[in-house]
Amino acid sequence: MPMPRNRYWRSLGRFWATSLAAELEYQANMAIELLAVVGNLAGSLFVLALLYGRSSRLGGWSWDEALVVLGVYTLLDGLTSAVLQPNLSKIVSHVQNGTLDFVLLKPIDSQFWISTRSFSPWGLPGLVAGAGLILWAANQAGASWQASHVALTALLLASSAVILYSLWFLLAALSIWFVKVWNATEVLRYVLVAGRYPVSAYPVGLRTLFTLVLPVAFLTTVPAEAILGRVSASWALASLGVAAAALGLSRWFWQYALRYYTSASS
Amino acid sequence: MPIVSVDELSRTYRVADRQPGLRGSVQHLLRRRHRDVVAVQGVSFAVEPGEIVGFLGPNGAGKTTTLKMLTGLIHPSSGSVQVAGWVPARRQPRFLEQITLVMGNKQQLIWDLPPLDSFRVNAAVYGIDDSEAKRRIHELADMLELGDELTRPVRKLSLGQRMKAELLAALLHRPAVLFLDEPTLGLDVNAQARVRDFLADYNRRYGATVLLTSHYMGDITALCPRVLLIHQGRLFYDGSLEELTTSLAPQREVRLELRHLANAEEFQGYGELESLQGHQVRLLIPREQLTQQVGELLSRFDVLDLEVSDPPVEELIGRLFRQGSVA
Repeated sequence: MPMPRNRYWRSLGRFWATSLAAELEYQANMAIELLAVVGNLAGSLFVLALLYGRSSRLGGWSWDEALVVLGVYTLLDGLTSAVLQPNLSKIVSHVQNGTLDFVLLKPIDSQFWISTRSFSPWGLPGLVAGAGLILWAANQAGASWQASHVALTALLLASSAVILYSLWFLLAALSIWFVKVWNATEVLRYVLVAGRYPVSAYPVGLRTLFTLVLPVAFLTTVPAEAILGRVSASWALASLGVAAAALGLSRWFWQYALRYYTSASS
Repeated sequence: MPIVSVDELSRTYRVADRQPGLRGSVQHLLRRRHRDVVAVQGVSFAVEPGEIVGFLGPNGAGKTTTLKMLTGLIHPSSGSVQVAGWVPARRQPRFLEQITLVMGNKQQLIWDLPPLDSFRVNAAVYGIDDSEAKRRIHELADMLELGDELTRPVRKLSLGQRMKAELLAALLHRPAVLFLDEPTLGLDVNAQARVRDFLADYNRRYGATVLLTSHYMGDITALCPRVLLIHQGRLFYDGSLEELTTSLAPQREVRLELRHLANAEEFQGYGELESLQGHQVRLLIPREQLTQQVGELLSRFDVLDLEVSDPPVEELIGRLFRQGSVA
């Protein structure tokens, strides 16, 4: 008898296969999403080009290096469209319709279910464009392709994805109390737009805000520096620490929220 | 050893006390006032493995709250619950694998996809391997008389078909205890009967314990030898439906149409004479003497027509809830 595959991996496979099957009924979305990604990217490139029109460096970042940051941003935005947004926006309706009950009665971690149940293929263009831009710009900027360097990059990208996820999850979980909290996550998405450009391109005040209050710096700038091979050990460690803390906080908060949850109908 | 045991279970909700209108909303925003509402109070009972037990009670009686405490969705305010040896509120995976909850007003099937896709998701979540899942789907689909409905998108199914598919999805992991909240809600008479037959069949075949709530008396009379009556959060009857009707209506009404006129005295010893009008006689006879006395009546009088009637259970229970006690 073959080893039973891990329940979580197998569930994840089924989750995403079924959401793809359901999404593919609406093919027009794909074209629209592609246009949106291209439009967004073009807009960001245009702004960057304007900024670089006056000087060849911005806050110590060359054009190619700044493109790496933009690539990381695009990648994270793709992740948001593919996984975060389609899943976390549903917590509200789960609470309103009482279908959270079904989730809570499954013998699988409820935060896992809530966070991974859906996968939207419409985030794929962003993921591909982001990855492509990173590879191309990093190559232009002369990044190294050593295994240890690539591993560190992957680790810090994962850590920024975890930070982003945890922030979304914390805000979305508030809907256990405040059903209309969904707007707050939209605000978060717009704040993260600031991560398109290197943090050092911003005035000192904003820079502090983006590092200490909103971890925008950890989301895009730190992994971009890792890609360019110039991240300091302290920043790398700080990023991992913030990711671990944010994930831990999101898990704690979910358990806390569930204790308050008594479903929509009594 | 009971599979479900509930001891002095209570649940209080804190609800916002809010006046209607904009004024009320503003007041509420500035100074929130809350009121405690007791949904369930001091409920105790035990269920043996394989039993089918019905929860009866008007809307808001506390049936659903009790069911949710039994499944671990709501934490009790006080008292204790054990289901299959576990404390439900902890919702440990091993516990969750042994129970299921079906709600007539909520669905877990994926709307845009055929039920089979939802079953496959559940199989993975419950760690059932593919060949075993296939076997179980086949078996349950047979019992539920589901065929090509399983490959049609859920949104294209009728309510009855959808409910049957919901049941299949909820039973794929072979739970030992089934909690059903209004499983026949909104179904037509035929579909209701199908669901009932299936539940009885499932209970016989797998020895599963079933606890269900329903507004339809038909569900309860057809399925549940034992009922729990809940009213205003309190349990005030636990026993068989038959005993309940006997205690509520200990006598049955017997109407006779006689060929010849008779005197009132002639009916002495045959229960209680309610009325005697010409050829029409109405008697109230205690249940336990019914057959014997009807037999005697038939042999003693020239009876043209005989009718034995019982007040409908709904009516009896409705009266009971208005009274507020069994006595």
